[in-house]
Amino acid sequence: MVFRVPKLHPNALVAISFLMLLVFAPACGSSSTTSSTAGVADSLSGSLTVSAASSLQGAFTDIKAAFQKMHPDVNVTINFAASSTLSQQIIAGAPVDVFAAADEATMINVSDAKLLSGTPTLFASNSLEIIVRRGNPSKIATLSDLSKSGLIYVTCAPAVPIGRYSSQVLQKAGVTVTPASLEPDVKGIVAKILAGEADAGIVYSTDVRATDDAAQGVVIPADINVVAKYPIAAITGSGKTTSAEAWIAFVTGTAGQSILKSYGFTSP
Amino acid sequence: MTRLRTGRNRSAGLQRPPAAILAIAAIAIAFFALPFIGLLWRVPWGDAWSLLTTPSSLTALRLSIETSLWATALSIVFGVPLAWVLARYGFPGRRIVRALCLLSLVLPPVVGGVALFAAYGRRGLLGDSLFDWFGMRLPFSTAGVVLAQTFIAMPFLVLTVEAALRGLDRRSEDAARTLGASRWYAFRRVTLPAIRPALIAGAVLAWARALGEFGATITFAGNFPGRTQTMPLSVYLALESNPGQALVLSVVMIAISFGVLLSLRDQWLGGSTTGRSSQ
Amino acid sequence: MSVEARFTIQHDSFQLTIDMTLADGEVLAVLGPNGSGKSTLLNALSGLQPIDSGTIQIDGNIVDDVDRSTFVLPEHRHVGVMFQNSELFETMSVIDNVAFGLRAHGENRNAARSAAAEWLKRFSLESFAHRRPASLSGGQAQRVALARALATRPNLLLLDEPTSALDVRAKAEIRRDLLQLRREHPVTTLLVTHDPLDAFALADRVIVLEEGRIVQSGALDEVASHPQSRHIADMVGLSLVRGEVRNGTLTTAANALLVVPADTPEGPSVASIRPASVSLHRRQPEGSARNAWEMAISDLDRHPDRVRARLTGPIPLLAELTPAGADALSLAVGDTLWASVKASEVTVTPDLLP
Repeated sequence: MVFRVPKLHPNALVAISFLMLLVFAPACGSSSTTSSTAGVADSLSGSLTVSAASSLQGAFTDIKAAFQKMHPDVNVTINFAASSTLSQQIIAGAPVDVFAAADEATMINVSDAKLLSGTPTLFASNSLEIIVRRGNPSKIATLSDLSKSGLIYVTCAPAVPIGRYSSQVLQKAGVTVTPASLEPDVKGIVAKILAGEADAGIVYSTDVRATDDAAQGVVIPADINVVAKYPIAAITGSGKTTSAEAWIAFVTGTAGQSILKSYGFTSP
Repeated sequence: MTRLRTGRNRSAGLQRPPAAILAIAAIAIAFFALPFIGLLWRVPWGDAWSLLTTPSSLTALRLSIETSLWATALSIVFGVPLAWVLARYGFPGRRIVRALCLLSLVLPPVVGGVALFAAYGRRGLLGDSLFDWFGMRLPFSTAGVVLAQTFIAMPFLVLTVEAALRGLDRRSEDAARTLGASRWYAFRRVTLPAIRPALIAGAVLAWARALGEFGATITFAGNFPGRTQTMPLSVYLALESNPGQALVLSVVMIAISFGVLLSLRDQWLGGSTTGRSSQ
Repeated sequence: MSVEARFTIQHDSFQLTIDMTLADGEVLAVLGPNGSGKSTLLNALSGLQPIDSGTIQIDGNIVDDVDRSTFVLPEHRHVGVMFQNSELFETMSVIDNVAFGLRAHGENRNAARSAAAEWLKRFSLESFAHRRPASLSGGQAQRVALARALATRPNLLLLDEPTSALDVRAKAEIRRDLLQLRREHPVTTLLVTHDPLDAFALADRVIVLEEGRIVQSGALDEVASHPQSRHIADMVGLSLVRGEVRNGTLTTAANALLVVPADTPEGPSVASIRPASVSLHRRQPEGSARNAWEMAISDLDRHPDRVRARLTGPIPLLAELTPAGADALSLAVGDTLWASVKASEVTVTPDLLP
């Protein structure tokens, strides 16, 4: 009697190889990641805490949904606030696994406190736009219109990324404006505009888009506009390095990038 | 057999609470003391004076004191008549009115701020009328700070004074009426002096609460140095940029509040604020 | 200043019905148990409580008239009130308390204070002028309260149980002050009390209030000897004996002797004896009662549940017996018999009347 080794279907061969890889991969040590995250059953589990700048609210919420579909056993919690607030929380010991900031300065604060695992990666860019109520009742066309008397302009404190970016833009345009209030984060500016309590503010263009036409934007010319660079990094000591890196990989990978683009972010 | 010490300590020894209660109370005391001790330990004492006397700190301190004193004055002027009506005048729906006036005691202050917007903001009930008639915009203004603080702090005064009025013996006021005093005269010369301890305690409580007010202030009045950035807001912001300054400002606020509480002694513990002025 | 009051007040299930007049300068005592409506009556007269029907007139002025919707506020009625617990203003000194009414009427502080000082002197209270009410004894506070009420020269003085919160000595002092007042500045007065000694000391006339109704009115003697209700019979009908106490015995002006309790302080005193404490015997009693006198029955008041006998003799007494007891003794007016009282049942108070 002669036995013949069955010939495997090519796809089955690929699948088995991947399985073997995944089973043995943790033993080979982890490496920082880029690449694709095709939907293969994985061993990631547990909770993952992400601190993200307020302007990432829409995009990261969608990314979380997609990520959790891929890794159903990972329970992701996202904490949105001003990057400056978040960085101070991390420095004070908040149990965060991933930090996504709206500027590099706040990330440097965390890095200086030796709390980063690895180096940060830039994953998105954003630009600034003037936000006004729908219909632009105050008739703002340029940055210098912001100093019109009687206009209520709000911004954030200088420590908050949008606060610093706005000052830079205004300085470049040679315009001085006295704000009526310094909101805790960029969404606070949006809220005041939508509530009708403030007339104008400077926010990210993604924020204007996110209001779904409830507010409208006035473009800031590219030569005076600033480009906001968004870094992301894992935080040391959390014990969730694999999940953290998986998250970062997703954000910087094709799926994450296309979600970010759909919200108006540009490539890093 | 229990051993009692000699002399004066004997009766103190007999009065001492059981050991278990003492132990639990000691833990509770530690629970309250530790945060303040920790604060004092973390404060950068070397830089403390320079951090305290920066223009932003001094401005915030001055603004806090001014606005809280105004808020206290308003609380007294409006709170005492309100307390009287609630204590003495039975009208249909009084319970509902009382609950309404005391609501901001239990509300999260931020909610209070949101509600203030709904009343006095540009798109609120009265916002445009206020602007048309008085040229006044309350949000983002110092007046708005005073309004927010009054909204949050007045119920403390109302509660204290109302309790004292309820506890007063009405016959004193009856006696005054039979002697020829009108209701107002009797109120001024008999009732008010009789509730003076409670009034003072209520005013001090309201002032302390106004001084520490954060949520309604930052939501309604906003945050701008010199105009609406009070001490608590200043501490909040300093946390992100200059933690040392936040610590120093916190210690100052605690010192003020601590001093206030010490000066009140036991008078504000409800029920012991009626009538007898000690001589 | 006369008073005419004909009104009703309804409060839950209680109704007070009053029809009474006071003549100028008269002192009327209102006797009655707790809950009878005495305080409500005072509140109606002083204006602290409006009436539900009827009228009240003080000195010819209508102060409360329901049909005509007239109501004069308490501060405009010139009615002085002295309360059971003095109700002095704790946050003011004694002299400012007394001056309060004058200042409320518009006088300036100095004028009011000097008038108040006069009143304090009249009651020998000037040494208390700058003390606080909390430092006064009950009796002192009540006397200050009296001065305070009188300082505004009221048309009508209302006394609400003026002595009930005081000790025996203080009671006597207040009664003395009130009598002095009657002599020097007679004011129409309504005295509400449940202590018959107050009525005996001060009142011309008495009305008895029970459950919101006037059940008896008249001169004090009359009411005392012919009480219409058990309550009055219990309350009034005391026999009073004045004299000097020495060595455990009270000697009257007529040299009659009354043995009093051993610890009675010496000096001029008034002894009161309840009718039920007087025992009657056909023969001179032996045994523990060291007080025994031969007396004659001058009046008999028979009721289904009690018999009262008025006795004349060395010490005039009012005695009360059960009908059965009276029958056993075959009492009749004009009879002579022995009356005895135990020393322990004699109540003695110092006599502070000059």
